[in-house]
Amino acid sequence: MSAPALSSSPVEGFTSTRFAQHLSHRAYLPAWWLEAKKAAWNQFNALPLPSRTDENWRFSDLKGLDLSGFTVPEDHSRQIPNVSSFPEAAEIVFSNRQVVARSHVSADLAAKGVIFAPLDEALRQHGDLVRTYFQKHPANLGSEKFVALNTALTVAGGFLYVPADVEVALPFVIQHTLTGHNVSVFPHTIVVLGPRAKATLVEFFVSGGSSSDAGRSLANAAPTERQFVSGVNDLHAAEGAQLTYVGAQRWSRETLAIQVNSIAAERDARVLSLNLHLGGRQARHESHSRLLGPGADGDSEFDQRPLQTHVSPRTTSNLPYKNALLDTAKTIFSGLIIVEPDAQKTDAYQKNRNLMLSDTAEAHSLPGLEIQANDVKCSHGSTSARIDGEQEFYLKARGINPTEARRLLVSAFFEEVLNKLENEDLHAALTGLIAAQFKK
Amino acid sequence: MQPPSDLLAAPETEAADTATAVENPTVGIDQSVGDFTYDVKYAFDAGSGLNEGVIRYISDVKKEASWILDFRLKAYQTFLDKPMPTHWATKDLENIDFNKIRYYLSQGQKPKRTWDEVPDDIKRTFERLGIPEQERKFLAGVEAQFDSEAAYSNVKDIVAKQGVIFCNSTEALREHPEIFRKWFGKVIPTGDNKFSALNSAVFSGGSFIYVPPGVKVAMPLQAYFRINAENFGQFERTLIIADEGAEVTYMEGCTAPKFSTSTLHSAVVELVALKGAKIQYITVQNWAPNVFNLVTKRAIAMEDAEVKWIDCNIGSRLTMKYPGVILKGKRARGEVISIALANDGQHQDTGAKMIHAADDTTSVIVAKSISVGQGRSTYRGVVHIPKHLKGCKNNTECDALLINTNSRTDTYPAIVVRGDTHAVQHEASVSKVSEDMIFYMQQRGLTEAQAMSLAVNGFVNDLVRQFPMEYSVELKRLIDLEMEGSVG
Repeated sequence: MSAPALSSSPVEGFTSTRFAQHLSHRAYLPAWWLEAKKAAWNQFNALPLPSRTDENWRFSDLKGLDLSGFTVPEDHSRQIPNVSSFPEAAEIVFSNRQVVARSHVSADLAAKGVIFAPLDEALRQHGDLVRTYFQKHPANLGSEKFVALNTALTVAGGFLYVPADVEVALPFVIQHTLTGHNVSVFPHTIVVLGPRAKATLVEFFVSGGSSSDAGRSLANAAPTERQFVSGVNDLHAAEGAQLTYVGAQRWSRETLAIQVNSIAAERDARVLSLNLHLGGRQARHESHSRLLGPGADGDSEFDQRPLQTHVSPRTTSNLPYKNALLDTAKTIFSGLIIVEPDAQKTDAYQKNRNLMLSDTAEAHSLPGLEIQANDVKCSHGSTSARIDGEQEFYLKARGINPTEARRLLVSAFFEEVLNKLENEDLHAALTGLIAAQFKK
Repeated sequence: MQPPSDLLAAPETEAADTATAVENPTVGIDQSVGDFTYDVKYAFDAGSGLNEGVIRYISDVKKEASWILDFRLKAYQTFLDKPMPTHWATKDLENIDFNKIRYYLSQGQKPKRTWDEVPDDIKRTFERLGIPEQERKFLAGVEAQFDSEAAYSNVKDIVAKQGVIFCNSTEALREHPEIFRKWFGKVIPTGDNKFSALNSAVFSGGSFIYVPPGVKVAMPLQAYFRINAENFGQFERTLIIADEGAEVTYMEGCTAPKFSTSTLHSAVVELVALKGAKIQYITVQNWAPNVFNLVTKRAIAMEDAEVKWIDCNIGSRLTMKYPGVILKGKRARGEVISIALANDGQHQDTGAKMIHAADDTTSVIVAKSISVGQGRSTYRGVVHIPKHLKGCKNNTECDALLINTNSRTDTYPAIVVRGDTHAVQHEASVSKVSEDMIFYMQQRGLTEAQAMSLAVNGFVNDLVRQFPMEYSVELKRLIDLEMEGSVG
C-alpha cells in the first residue's frame, strides 16, 4: 500500500505559495498560458497519487512516488558538459531550468520558416502556434497527476516547428541537465512537422550531480543525488511528414523520472520514436501514439507504457522494445495496441525482448491487445532469456574475452532497433552510450 | 430454439446399440439440447438472498461437522469484505444481484446409487442429457448434479475396487475427512477472490475424488452440472487428489435452460497432484447465455507431477475463468489448453495462470478464441517465475479469430521473470479468416457458410484433437451451429 504521506494535499516544495511565486515571475507570458497553468495546478492538487489497485501502475513501485522534499531549483551550475558529439542543425542546453547554451538555426532554415526556440521564447513570439499544439492529444495512461504538475511548473522546454515541404537532414538537439540534491525539473517539448516535412530531434537528459562534479558526461558513472523529473512531449506529424525522435536519458541513480509522450501521426506520416534509458532509480515512460490519418506509420522503441491507438483504416505500427537487464535492474513493459472499430486493415506489431544478464534482474511484461475491427493483422511477442550460450561460446572459441563477447552480443541485440536511425553520427553516438555501460 | 427431439427420444434403446450411440455422443454441450426445464418440487430451499441464516440452514441440512460451519461463516465475512474486482474486470459484474439469487435448492440429501432410484422428473432431465448411456458404455463413474446436490452418482465397481473414492463434497467431508480435510481450501484459499469466498460460504455438491498411490484410472471419471431453477446460484466444490504416481482424467459438462433473469455459477475446483501423479481435467462449458460463470480453478503439482487443464467455453453470458497450476515440486509440468467461442451478447474472459515455485518446472499455455457477431473474447494470463529458481520454462501462444466487423478480442498477459536462467516466450496474434481460403473452398462447391465453418474448425483443430473423441465430435458440431448465419 502507498504510504500515508502520499496524500493529495500539496507536498513540500510544491506549495501554493511556491506556485503563486512561479506565476508572478511569468506575468509577461500570454494569458491563456497562465490560465492553463492555474488549471493544471488545481488538477494536480485534486488528483490522487496512483494506488495499488490502479491497473495502469501494476507492478510499479509506488513507494518511489513520494514527492516530499523536492524543490524547484532557481539557479543553475556554472559548467555544463555538452554531450552531443555529432553535427547538429541547432542546439539548446538547459541546466536545471535555464538556457545556458544555445545555437540558432541557419539563416537558410530560418528563411524557410523553421522555428527552434526555448518554450519561453516560443510562447512570446509564436504564442498562437504553441497554443494550437500544446497538449492537443493528452496521453491518459495513469500519470495525469504528473502531467498536470508539468504544465503548472514547466519552464524548461523546446519548441520545434518545421513548415510544409521543408526537410532538415541534421538533427536538432535539446539537452536537459539536472544538478543538485532534491531538485526537480519539468521539461516540455513540442514538435510540429508540417505536411511532408522531415526532421530529427534528439533529447538528452542527464544528471550533472553536484556542481563540483561538472564535467561528467552522459557516458560516465552516474551520480547519486535524489532528483525528480516529470517530462511531457507533444509530437505532431502532419500528412506525409517524417519525424524521428530520440530520447536518451542517463539520470542519477536516485532519480524518479516520469516521461509522458503523446505522438500524433496524420495521413501517411511516419514517426520513429526511439528511447534509450540508461539511468534513474525509477523511470516511467508513457507513450500514447495515435495513428489518426489513413496510412500513418509509427515505428517505436519505448521503455514502459506504450499505447498504440489505431483510429483510421490502413495504418501500421511496430514497437520493437528491447531490454538488456544488468545487476538488479527491473523493467516493466506494459504495451497496449488498441484498434478502434473503424480502423480496418490495421497492421500492428509489438515485441518485447528481455535479455537477462544477471541473476538478480527482473522483467515484467504485459503486452496487451484490444481489437475491435476484424480485418486486421495484429500480433505481439514477448521473450525473456539469457544470452545464447552457443553464440557466446562461438565468440570465446575465437579468442574474444567473455566481457567483450557479452558486449558484442548485447550491441547486436540492440542493433535491430538502432539501425532504424538514418543519421550515422547519431547511430554511432547512441551505440557508444550503450557500450559505455559495459566498461564498469 | 427447439431441442432436436429424435436425438433424445429413446435413450434406453439407443444405449443397447453401440453404433448409434457413437453417433450421438455426449450431449450436454449443445445449447439447444440443454434448453428445457421442469417444474421440480424442492424438499429443501434456502430461499432468496444471502445471510448467516442461509449458511446455517445449508450446513444444518447437510448435518455438517462444526469446523465446516465455521469455515463457511468465516468465508461469508470475507465475501462481504472483498470488493468487486471491477478495476480490471468488466463492469458487467455489477449486474449480479446477490439478493435475488437462491443459494440452495435440493430434493434430497443422499445421492442415488442406481439409476432406478432417481425421481422420474430428474431422470428425464438427465436422460435428455445422455448420462445413463454414457455410463453404461464406457465411463468409469458419473456424478450428476441437479441444482445444489448430486442427484445420481455411481463409480464402477472396478474403479472402486482400486480404492478410488468418487463422491460429492458433503459425503466426502463427512466420511473421509482424514483424506480430504488436509487439502480442502488449501490450493485456493477462501480469500483468493470475492467469488471463491462466496463459494466457500455456500458450497454444495461437486466431486471429491481420491486416487490411491500408483493407481491409474483407465477410463475418465465424469460429472454433469445442471441448473434447473430460475435465479439460482450453483456453487459446486471439487477437490481431486491424485496420490503418488496415480493418474486420472476427469470430464465435466455444464448446461442450463434459458431464463429471462440471470443465473450465477461460481465453482471452486482444486486439484492436487502428488509426486509423479498425472491429472487431466476437461471442461466443456455450455451454460445458457444468461449465466454468469465465475469459476476459480487451480492445481498444485508436486515433484515430477503433471497437470493438464483442457478448458472449452462456448456458453454463458460472462465467463471469468483462469485455470492455474502452482508448480511446487521440481520438474513439475503444467499445461492449459483453452478454447473460447463468444457469440452476440457473450464475453468469454478466460486464460491461465502458471506460478513456478520450483527449479526446472515447465509450463505451456495454448489459448484460441473465436469472436462471432458482437461477441467479445479476452485472454488474461499470468506467468510468474521468482528469482531463487533455476531453469524454468514457459511457452504461451494466444490466437484470436475475428469473424464479423464488430467482433472484439483483447489480450492481457502478465509475465514476470527474475534471474538469468529461465526461458520464457509469449506470442499472440489476431486475424480473420482469409478471403483466399474462403474463395478457394467456394470454388470447390462449398457455400460461404460451410467454408467459414470449416475454416473456423481448422483454426481450433490442433487443440480439439487433444479432446477425447466424443467431445471433439460434439465440439465441431457445436462450432458449426454457432457459425450458422454469421456470414453474409
